[in-house]
Amino acid sequence: MNSSRQAKSRRASPWADAMFGGLAKGAAWVTLALLAGILLSLIWGAWPAIAKYGISFLTRSVWDPVQEDFGGLVMIYGTLATSLIALLIAVPVSFGIAVFLTEMSPGWLKRPLGTAIELLAAIPSIVYGMWGLLVFGPILAKYVQIPLQNLFAGVPYLGALVAGPPVGIGILSAGIILAIMIIPFIASVMRDVFEVTPTLLKESAYGLGSTTWEVVSQVVLPYTKAGVVGGIMLGLGRALGETMAITFVIGNMNQLDSLSVFQAANSITSALANEFAEAASGLHQASLIYLGLVLFFITFVVLALSKMMLSQLKKGEGSKT
Amino acid sequence: MNTSFNRAVLGVLTVTAIAFASASSAQDVTGAGASFPAPLYSKWASDYNKATGVKINYQSVGSGAGIRQIDAKTVDFGASDMPLKDDELAKKGQLQFPTVIGGVVPVVNIQGIAPGQLKLTGQVLGDIFLGKIAKWSDPAIKALNPSLALPDAAITPVRRADGSGTTFIFTNYLSKVNPEWQTKVGEGTAVNWPVGAGGKGNEGVAAFVGRLPNSIGYVEYAYVKQNKMVYAQMKNKSGNFVSPDDTAFKAAAAGADWAKSFYQILTEQTGKDAWPMTGATFILMHKVQDKPAQAAASLKFFSWAYKNGDQTSDDMDYVPMPVAVKAAIEKSWSEIKDAAGKPVAFK
Repeated sequence: MNSSRQAKSRRASPWADAMFGGLAKGAAWVTLALLAGILLSLIWGAWPAIAKYGISFLTRSVWDPVQEDFGGLVMIYGTLATSLIALLIAVPVSFGIAVFLTEMSPGWLKRPLGTAIELLAAIPSIVYGMWGLLVFGPILAKYVQIPLQNLFAGVPYLGALVAGPPVGIGILSAGIILAIMIIPFIASVMRDVFEVTPTLLKESAYGLGSTTWEVVSQVVLPYTKAGVVGGIMLGLGRALGETMAITFVIGNMNQLDSLSVFQAANSITSALANEFAEAASGLHQASLIYLGLVLFFITFVVLALSKMMLSQLKKGEGSKT
Repeated sequence: MNTSFNRAVLGVLTVTAIAFASASSAQDVTGAGASFPAPLYSKWASDYNKATGVKINYQSVGSGAGIRQIDAKTVDFGASDMPLKDDELAKKGQLQFPTVIGGVVPVVNIQGIAPGQLKLTGQVLGDIFLGKIAKWSDPAIKALNPSLALPDAAITPVRRADGSGTTFIFTNYLSKVNPEWQTKVGEGTAVNWPVGAGGKGNEGVAAFVGRLPNSIGYVEYAYVKQNKMVYAQMKNKSGNFVSPDDTAFKAAAAGADWAKSFYQILTEQTGKDAWPMTGATFILMHKVQDKPAQAAASLKFFSWAYKNGDQTSDDMDYVPMPVAVKAAIEKSWSEIKDAAGKPVAFK
């Protein structure tokens, strides 16, 4: 009796629930509609290029605005290669950071170090770009590229892999700059998920005589793999879409004659940023929009793959235990 | 999270409010386009605002975007570094006129070489950017510079990565003087470069050239002057080696036949002192105006700038148009009419 009277005394407004429900639903649908709208307008804008080149756009390496002949292979390769290098560097480093912060660091160091790494994420990307061009590039050229070139001079394949003008710009420097940019994202997600591993589990493992590495690899990682994969995908998404920092250090050269990591190349985002403003409407503009569509597709595939990977991991979880 | 979201919403609302507020005031004139003259237009606009109270908004979005915006009539005037051909203008129903002249200058970074010491021809410059001349000790460069000690080092060519009017002037010149360049690469605001690293903007190219030993690039004259970069002398059409300066740009502008059409590309002009890589920057307006008041305000601004803006141009290392050309431009404005066919008054 008492409870029902209390319920009555609350202000009952039946339309408020409905309205809030509608608003929430509307917000979700608007996002979806926006996504569809962006996709449609990209296809619409890119149509002249799609009609002319079709899917072969993805495998053509020519990009000649004067002759109006376009293909996206160079930029697609540049985007994928720089992101791959970035992940190869960032994932182990971030993992190390997270393990150190959660398992090994003395208590007084945890907070300042964690904050410092998160602060890296607050640096604007153009600052990374300028730093890469003016500071990091010369260092890379002087202490890495030139010694490597001297070492591998005349060696087949390896020599070609490090060839190029000794200027410290290209796929490798872009990848390294990207790695520095995504480390804070991956590291802080990894640290946060590592921290939610129940102490009980970890202490039990330690109690059974496990080493720190065994605890991390056998207990923490299996418990947090969904979060770890999510963090890596977050970093990869950022790497694929990064523009300004890449534009400064990738060299913006449409070539695929050499697969050297020191050779200037181009990425999708960089080509868009550089050429869109000056592109005459027509095939050039359409091809740039087509590139944007390809990037949209790549990020979509990456996201879908990560979701699939997560669901696979979850399935595996059930069977193992 | 919540507060940052609120702040973001507030920010969006404020921006929208400002956008609406500025769109609603009728006095303001809006233009968009080329980035090369943008610093000058901004300075002119602020001086003009002080003198008359009229506000000119110039958006430096790039020539291509400027052309698109004037085609769509979202702005009162468009600006482009690359002139439109007369038949294209006629098709669009637009009028174009030049505002100022600028020059593109090759800059190098070679140890021991001072500004103006290195001499180049268009043929050699083209071959360098084609990758055919790969070393500073190449006989073709040696022959032009017998007294200079040039290193036996690889040349690193540097060029613009972004589409730009500077690139247009540079590649237009190379197409005129180097036949292989014309067939292999051609001219445009962005081209398919055979070799070289791409820097973003004049500042990007300047940074690369400043940093990379044995490099060569091209930038606008103002950058050379302000950063005291090492420029090269160029051989012009009359066979003289000239240094880039105001007189050399003016000499190039004087050689063009402005009376016939404002479609003039000032590269490789005849004239004893003419700098071969010179170009004007242009304004585009519709000939039939839906908003004659806006058009009149735009023309008043440019008329004021032609009369009072030369000193500013000089200070900022742009070259004003010759007086005779200015008169011809103002005369051509009588073609800008309102919907009833009455010329828009700008005086």
